[in-house]
Amino acid sequence: MTNSDLALIKERFETLTERESSDHVALNCPVDVFVELCTALRDEFGYDMLVDVTALDNDVQSPRFTGIYHFLSISKHEYLRVAVDCANDIEPTLPTLAGLYASANWHERETYDMMGIRYEGHPDMKRILMWDDYPYHPLRKDFPLAGIEVPLPADDVAEVTGASVLPAPMMGGPFVSSADGPMSQTEPSAHDESWNEKKIKPCGN
Amino acid sequence: MQNTTIAYDSKVEGEVIVTQADAVINWIRKHSVWPMPMGLACCAIELMAAGGARFDISRFGMEVMRFSPRQADCMIVAGTVTYKMAEVVRRIYDQMAEPKWVVAMGACASSGGMYRSYATLQGVDRIIPVDVYISGCPPRPEALLDAMIKLQDKIGTERSVKNLIPKKADSEEFATAEKES
Repeated sequence: MTNSDLALIKERFETLTERESSDHVALNCPVDVFVELCTALRDEFGYDMLVDVTALDNDVQSPRFTGIYHFLSISKHEYLRVAVDCANDIEPTLPTLAGLYASANWHERETYDMMGIRYEGHPDMKRILMWDDYPYHPLRKDFPLAGIEVPLPADDVAEVTGASVLPAPMMGGPFVSSADGPMSQTEPSAHDESWNEKKIKPCGN
Repeated sequence: MQNTTIAYDSKVEGEVIVTQADAVINWIRKHSVWPMPMGLACCAIELMAAGGARFDISRFGMEVMRFSPRQADCMIVAGTVTYKMAEVVRRIYDQMAEPKWVVAMGACASSGGMYRSYATLQGVDRIIPVDVYISGCPPRPEALLDAMIKLQDKIGTERSVKNLIPKKADSEEFATAEKES
């Protein structure tokens, strides 16, 4: 984003603040002007593509959830990141962008599935990856990677097989390899062994 | 084993070969395995390679890949089975006619593989009975061929009439249905 465009946007939306970023221009946007800002970005500043919608879980901090949006201007070859805090930590909501960008539809469903943020006004607010009656949101900080025991999605299959959704055996994992150094010295190993399926996560909720 | 089940003496029997029903039925079954490719991830690519000219699964009499479970008798589970997909895999298995066998191809189908996570079924043997497991991520086509040959050996040692006798669960269901009618 050029400096003049940035100044123009900041002048028009006074509550915007710049967000720390190591790559593209990033903005913090209050939720009440968010849809207005996105409409202006699309119609007046040439950000004609919504590349990604995701969210942050800030764990114990408040506001806990922050919606993250990546816009791309195809004509200017520039990205823009916009972050919006959710007011409610328990039942986070954000306004939908499905009416502005068609790509928001599935991205918001994924973010709802993984993070539990409901998008108000979304035409089809249901899960996209996990099955419909799955009770958790797996990318939240308080959800263990191994999973939590729940019944299988299909009752009849569960009855015949006696299987259920069980926590995966982590064996000290998750296993990660460090990004630098020769491959011989970067074998995957357990990065954080302070918690696994046997020991609960020490901090947070 | 097969050699000992055949008795043939041209002077005595003429054009008749004396053998056991098991030996004949198993011989027929093991050389006409119709696999059902349950391709769920990258293992399916190796499965396809095994069907191609270079590796040529038809050398072993099992090239008739059927995408309908009703026409297949060996399900090759090739890939990661998620909990959401587990239901589908089990239903397709249930639709296959007896006798039927299952090959778990690759680390994911055998044990969940590298996906130690909330979404992945940790081994397809939790929902369907597996006959042969193949290691590898993904296994080479030769490994699949080896497993299929192992499966043929296994079929050769089976009591071929065992699936003619109703299983316990089936007969119980049958009994209750009889009572109700």
